[in-house]
Amino acid sequence: MIDLILKTALVLFMLAIALSLYRVIKGPSLPDRAIALDTIGVNLISAIAIVSIVLNTKAFLEAILILGILAFIGTIAFSKYIERGVIVERKSAD
Amino acid sequence: MIVVLSIVLPFLAAALIPFIYSRFKKVHLGWFVLVVPVVLFSILATYIPRVANGEVFVKTFEWIPSFGINITTYLDGLSMIFSLLITGVGSLVILYSIFYLSTKESLHHFYCYLLLFMGAMLGVVLSDNLMVLYVFWELTSVSSFLLIAFWHHRKASRAGARKAMTITVSGGVAMLAGFLMLYVASGTFSIREIVANLDVVQSSAYFVPAMCLVLLGAFTKSAQFPFHIWLPDAMEAPTPVSAYLHSATMVKAGIYLVARTTPIFGGHEVWFWAVSGVGLLTLFWGSFNAVKQFDLKALLAYSTISQLGLIMCLFGLGSAALHSGYSTESVIYTQATFAALFHLINHSTFKGALFMMVGIVDHEVGTRDIRRLGGLMSLMPFTFTIAVIGSASMAGLPPFNGFLSKEMFFTATLKITELDLFSLNSIGVLFPIIAWVASIFTFIYCVIIVMRTFFGKIQPDRLEKPPHEAPFGMLISPYILIAFVVGIFIFPNVLGHYILSPAMASIYPMFPSVEDMTPHIAAWHGYINTELIMTAGVILLGVLLYRVLKKWRPIYQLIPPSFTLNALYERVITSSENVSGRATNRYMNGNLTYYFVYIYVFFVALLAGYMIYADAFSWNPSKDSVIEPYELVLVFVMIMAAVAIIFAKQRITVVLLNGVLGYSVAFFFVVFRAPDLALTQLVVESVTTALFLLSFKYLPKLKNEYISKSWRFAKITISIAVGATVTLIGLAVMNYDRFEPISKYFEDSYNLAGGQNIVNTILGDFRAFDTMLEVVVLFIAGLGIYTLIKLKAKKGDADVESK
Repeated sequence: MIDLILKTALVLFMLAIALSLYRVIKGPSLPDRAIALDTIGVNLISAIAIVSIVLNTKAFLEAILILGILAFIGTIAFSKYIERGVIVERKSAD
Repeated sequence: MIVVLSIVLPFLAAALIPFIYSRFKKVHLGWFVLVVPVVLFSILATYIPRVANGEVFVKTFEWIPSFGINITTYLDGLSMIFSLLITGVGSLVILYSIFYLSTKESLHHFYCYLLLFMGAMLGVVLSDNLMVLYVFWELTSVSSFLLIAFWHHRKASRAGARKAMTITVSGGVAMLAGFLMLYVASGTFSIREIVANLDVVQSSAYFVPAMCLVLLGAFTKSAQFPFHIWLPDAMEAPTPVSAYLHSATMVKAGIYLVARTTPIFGGHEVWFWAVSGVGLLTLFWGSFNAVKQFDLKALLAYSTISQLGLIMCLFGLGSAALHSGYSTESVIYTQATFAALFHLINHSTFKGALFMMVGIVDHEVGTRDIRRLGGLMSLMPFTFTIAVIGSASMAGLPPFNGFLSKEMFFTATLKITELDLFSLNSIGVLFPIIAWVASIFTFIYCVIIVMRTFFGKIQPDRLEKPPHEAPFGMLISPYILIAFVVGIFIFPNVLGHYILSPAMASIYPMFPSVEDMTPHIAAWHGYINTELIMTAGVILLGVLLYRVLKKWRPIYQLIPPSFTLNALYERVITSSENVSGRATNRYMNGNLTYYFVYIYVFFVALLAGYMIYADAFSWNPSKDSVIEPYELVLVFVMIMAAVAIIFAKQRITVVLLNGVLGYSVAFFFVVFRAPDLALTQLVVESVTTALFLLSFKYLPKLKNEYISKSWRFAKITISIAVGATVTLIGLAVMNYDRFEPISKYFEDSYNLAGGQNIVNTILGDFRAFDTMLEVVVLFIAGLGIYTLIKLKAKKGDADVESK
């Protein structure tokens, strides 16, 4: 029973990712796409968590944490790119 | 031992030349060089009596014994003739060159090349091993190339050298292939052993191909039709070189090869017709073309071609004796071979003298164009004597040695018509006729040499220097040669007995008696025979035709210049350059897309083609695990993302979609229980995305390129084919279960390596070598990026690469 619920949840998360992918592809603006990728990352965190319950293992907790950090950093990088056009700024413009 | 020395000594001397040259500036370098051939000639001459008694001298040194390649020197009658010619004419030519070349020329180069050539040529004639023979053969080509282009500041010299090199080396490579076939057929590289096991070779399927390839090498080297075109162009070399290489020695290397391989191939119909037919054609064509030349050296070049054809033809006729083995009838035909060897020596004497004569004229007058020469008889009487004797001998007049060889040649051609073999009874009658016509032309050009140079009116205003007799030193060598021309006529049987009959024994090793094959040469038989009438006809018609030369000369204009063999050669060379250039430019067009197309098409054709050919594609879903619905949805997501990348309009969309793909892959790693991979994949994916974003600043916006429909279709087809190939191979590999996986071993990682994380123990312990090198890869990449960023040229700075 629990297994069925978990699998159903996984399918739903995947559908959410699919819908986010539609946003990534369609846009129309850049921030839309960046937010959609962020959403995909968050959905993946949840999905990995459920998979670790299904597989009954603790091995993927690091992956969840890393993904959380990376999704955040990635979104920041995109935002900065959208705002400034560059990611790493230098003090003296050459 | 002495035989080996004669090969090594010239090379040794060549190596020493730079030291001698820098030490003794005042003495002409030629005097030192002269010692080498004179010493060798004297040593070899002491062997004559023992070789005449049938002794052979063999000495083997191991070179590459595992391949059967040994330096085996072999001195028999045939090698004796050639090595005496090489060292003898070599001495005379070097003596002549001392007076011909001034010390202002780069003599150290000249004599170094000449000694190289001499050593290589001795190596060719004294080697028993086919591979060693080939090595020396190519060395003669190379040194001849260097000598032709001795005055390398002249364009014609360079062109002539290139042409000679191209043609002779092409033939040499063909010959190498022939030698290798002989090796396959017989299992040995040694000529003596091949001759000893003739049955094996002659029954092999490689016999005829090997014969044709070896002949190709011989014909190119000896300037036989249609490969003779390099020889007239090689006349750009200094005259001593022309006299030595292009009349007496190198062009006879092909003759030597034919003579040496006659015991192997002779007696076969193809061999008979190829050698004698090509020889006869060359004889006619060379003499016919010599008449139209205005340059004395070109005339002599064509006459050399013609005479080489004569010798070749005689060797072909002589090989008929081998067809049915030894018998009293077949021995008659060996006399053609005897005539060939006899004329070989005669030709070297008179042609060497004639070349030296032309060199003297050129040296003292400044031109060798017969339209500008004339009336030199009274001014250069000694040179005139050389010209008359040399030309008369070449034309085949008594009392010179050319007469004897010409008579023997006519005898041989007449005899061959009686042979009921190789369909000779019908076409054979052509032999004496063509030979006779060619002799008439020979007579005409010999007359031209003498008459146009020494008779008529002198034209002082058209000469570069006031004409006067040559210095004494220059005349020594040609006089020694014409002494031989006369001497051989008077005592032909001395030569026949001591030099020629041992050589006959090496050409016909299976014939029991040498005495039968050595005819007694007599200048006057005491009766009038057909040959004598033919010679009389040659003289009569020759004089007649020379008198009316102006009338029939226009027939040479019948052949337009664009139809000559030379023009054909030029056209083949230039058009092959053009075609290959165009073909290369067509496929190497600098467009990366095309190169990818080649790679992928090749990949698909080879891999998919082989898999289909071997019927290796198989798909057996019975062992597959269950596919969960959420996996299916994610696969669908990935497919959509991947397809969307192709149609994305902005770079940033591409990067985002790529990120989606990367994260999805990480999720699959999770599902397939690979936590370490998932972690790494996530980090790497994020870093890659960030790097893409970093470089965007420097990239242009994505543009819609215009691509033609067919090209687009081709690209799509190739992409699908590559994808399908990889997928099908992946599926086929799934079913590969011939061996047990070795992962069971690693599962015991805690006991074996002290770690529970099996992936990490493999990376850090079991297979740490890979890890180390991958760290190195990352290190190199980092270093590379750092240098690319740091070492870029500043504005207006020179390019780093060109510093």
